[in-house]
Amino acid sequence: MNTLADPNAARAHARAMGGTVVEAMPVLPPRADDLPADIAPDDLLWEETVAAGGYATRILRRGTRLRLIDLQGDACASLLLFNATMPTERLNIADTVKVQWNAYPGAGSLLLSDMGRVMASIETDEAGTHDAFCGPSTPASNALRYGDGSNAGAHPSARDRLLLGAAKHGLGRRDIHPCINLFKGVAIAADGGVAARIGPFAPGRALVLRADMDVILVLANCPHVLDTRPWSVTPLRATAWRGAVAGPDDAIRNATPERQRAFLNTDDLYRC
Amino acid sequence: MAHTQDLTGPILHDAIVPARAPWLHRLTAGQTLRIVDLEGNQAVDFLLYATDDDAERYSAQDTIAAQQNIFLRTGSVLRSNEGRAMMTIVATSVDYHDTIGGACSCESNTLRYGMHTKAQHACVDNFLEANLRDGRGKRDIVSNINFFMNVPVEPDGALGIVDGISAPGLTVDVRAEMDVTVVVSNCPQINNPCNGFNPTPVRMIVTA
Repeated sequence: MNTLADPNAARAHARAMGGTVVEAMPVLPPRADDLPADIAPDDLLWEETVAAGGYATRILRRGTRLRLIDLQGDACASLLLFNATMPTERLNIADTVKVQWNAYPGAGSLLLSDMGRVMASIETDEAGTHDAFCGPSTPASNALRYGDGSNAGAHPSARDRLLLGAAKHGLGRRDIHPCINLFKGVAIAADGGVAARIGPFAPGRALVLRADMDVILVLANCPHVLDTRPWSVTPLRATAWRGAVAGPDDAIRNATPERQRAFLNTDDLYRC
Repeated sequence: MAHTQDLTGPILHDAIVPARAPWLHRLTAGQTLRIVDLEGNQAVDFLLYATDDDAERYSAQDTIAAQQNIFLRTGSVLRSNEGRAMMTIVATSVDYHDTIGGACSCESNTLRYGMHTKAQHACVDNFLEANLRDGRGKRDIVSNINFFMNVPVEPDGALGIVDGISAPGLTVDVRAEMDVTVVVSNCPQINNPCNGFNPTPVRMIVTA
């Protein structure tokens, strides 16, 4: 092929690709025909389908709702959260389960920071299978399971996807904190045994997160670290829209005294 | 001598960590650290960093995933965020230890117990103080181990720090599989059973 031997031909070739539609890509400007009935199309902020094995990252303002849909029933959304204005504050998984006295985050659960603040709430959850214990797959675990775990190969690890996403906000290896895996679950036995609940599940399960502070969100969509099947993961859809900040009468806020105090601490961050 | 009669290698270091205090120590591969719960049910919050590259550190999640169990027992391999073996629990006289409960902090105390506990000393402050000596900071504090602490998970998902299963003089021996920097907070918590509501000293014995 020498038809691209000059810059004009190369430009024409590149431009001819514009407008291509694939399964996993952002939609700009965002457009979604299945927004909740009370959400105005103008309030849509983000519409993107994250590839199987891919990642995505976005800054979400306080009050923003993020709907994640496991489109085909085999997504695994590993999630990191950072305070967007002070990224040394980040999701603390141990505090999230300890403060709420529960091992299995679900509808109404808060995702707590290491500063005693609520970063996000799980507003609705059709899945009920999430994992706060196993963390992301790593290059080492993928090398064991698939023979290779590099970003350049066919079996990238969730950890390295999260690292790339975080790096695009200037963050690095020291910032990759323990994550939560959404859509793939675990069950903890009395002897401490961890049984993964891998599915695949029914297609279309949705979860809505509410950002309760301005956050940097990083998502990876790679097979769960305890998934013993040959590499299996399907695309993940992310849709975000503007929404109200949790007020004093918010049901999630008022569900427990610990949650009330987490919101008080976040309110205090924004008191100025 | 109590707590040392069964040790095989020569003792390289022997220290009492006072109640509520931090501790930092470097071990080279092959050395073993014995932690002695001198007075019983004293949580020892514990982090590890690879001495040669401290962006590699203990990972509770990698450790749990690799052994498919949340409890740390004899034989448990303490893994890094790169999946590598950092230390191995070669012996312990306690049934199991915790690695899901995290470290207490001034901030999480306000959630768990009330705003009145904000000023109480906490493990995260010990971790910060010790890590700052080495140039590490807040970003380097991740989910830790709590030796001698009991955090069961009930069938309905209920999880919490409950009465300990340790006792005076019980021990855990951890062998370094690489050169590691150990950072400890001798937990100062007084609002839950992890220290029997009474923080006490622990003993650290390093052998070759």
